[in-house]
Amino acid sequence: MPRPLINIPRKVKRGSSFDIRILLAHPMESGQRRDDFGKAIPRDIIRSVHCTYAGEEIIRVDLFPAIAANPFLVFSARAFESGPIVFTWTDDQGVASFDTVDLVVE
Amino acid sequence: MQDDDTQNPAFLWVLQAESLWTTRAGTANKSCADCHGAPAALKGIAAHYPAWNSAAAAPITLAQRINLCRTTHQGAPDFPPESDPLLALTTIVGLHSRGQPLDIDETGPLKPFIQAGQTLFNTRQGQLNLSCANCHEDRAGHRLGGALIPEGHANGYPQYRLEWQKLGSFPRRLRACMLGVRAEPLPPNAPDATNIELYLATRARGLKVETPAVRP
Amino acid sequence: MILPRRLLLIGTATMLATPAGATKSDVATAIAALTKGAPIRPGRVRLDLPLLVENGNAVAMTIDVPDPLPAGERVLSLHVFAEGNPLPGIVNAYFGPRAGLPRLSTRIRLATSQTVIAIAACADGTFWSDSVDLLVTLAACVEDS
Repeated sequence: MPRPLINIPRKVKRGSSFDIRILLAHPMESGQRRDDFGKAIPRDIIRSVHCTYAGEEIIRVDLFPAIAANPFLVFSARAFESGPIVFTWTDDQGVASFDTVDLVVE
Repeated sequence: MQDDDTQNPAFLWVLQAESLWTTRAGTANKSCADCHGAPAALKGIAAHYPAWNSAAAAPITLAQRINLCRTTHQGAPDFPPESDPLLALTTIVGLHSRGQPLDIDETGPLKPFIQAGQTLFNTRQGQLNLSCANCHEDRAGHRLGGALIPEGHANGYPQYRLEWQKLGSFPRRLRACMLGVRAEPLPPNAPDATNIELYLATRARGLKVETPAVRP
Repeated sequence: MILPRRLLLIGTATMLATPAGATKSDVATAIAALTKGAPIRPGRVRLDLPLLVENGNAVAMTIDVPDPLPAGERVLSLHVFAEGNPLPGIVNAYFGPRAGLPRLSTRIRLATSQTVIAIAACADGTFWSDSVDLLVTLAACVEDS
């Protein structure tokens, strides 16, 4: 699966809240559309996005077909120490993909 | 969405282009980077496209220029029109011209092609018998249903359209307009489509490149 | 077959008004499954959506809890439901120990003019809600219709 675009601040202060933005490449085919021959296009969406920070959970998001193509999520985390932020997302086929960025806390 | 690159879904294609740029391909086993260096080396060139190609003795679009590189310098097959790799590479080159004013050489050999594009722009066609100018000049700023009719400046392609839910080229948008007036849409790589794109680029002279734009 | 004009009108109106999809009762069922019958109070959570949507393909939405909560209280999860989409659910967000502010922004699809409902579940077992009634206009020159 193509890589996502992940945006976090370069450095954050200990104890502060900071924003995490992620843009995933996915058509989010809703299962409601039909092709030119009237045949239903099967549903194919990212079902869940999970994000951890130094091994502990920040957020878990369940996505439905009502999420726009190329899902964009912004959420907040609290900084406590430098460590990896790991994103895992799972599609309708049950295939999980992941990506990691390192957060620097000062 | 367009003003913030972290929110602009077109940057997913830019990310894809960054790896394509350094991927060797074809019988020559060369990558874009092997000839051009970094994409930034092509800064500003998208503002001059469609441009004259002496081998074809005709104007070519930036996407066609990229496919020419594929076939002549890399010895690789064309990317299909509207394919993700072609859109991605066109976008990354366009991005490095973002903010540059559109500037087509109108005096040289392009002149008759610009005039041909202008004629097409003003020619009524399709069952609704409308020209491009009927909507995008006479009615620009008015509404068609709930949608604002734009002035028809093509300075942000390839662009991410919410309607498409993906990135797309100017020829794709043109085909949608032609379907809208119930005309026969132009096939991919049609010289008429390039002429219209060329005329629009001269008509939008001085407007800045916005690639990759986001539109409804 | 010649239908009486009034019957034809009613028929057409019904077809327009009820596209196949979620209904208010589907959303109520989905919310009841979440709250397990606990009362839902207005407040605490805020749903930010435009009131007039010109393109239902990607509508910017933010759900958050703008004011500080009572000491020791925290938001476990946020949920959004649509009464006029083919399916009632839009998104659920569950916050873990490393979460910052209880907030989620995303872009959603809206099939038609409708009411969108947000629910916040708090750690003390209370549920809070906000809703937005919005209008979705249709784009004119669409490629696939």
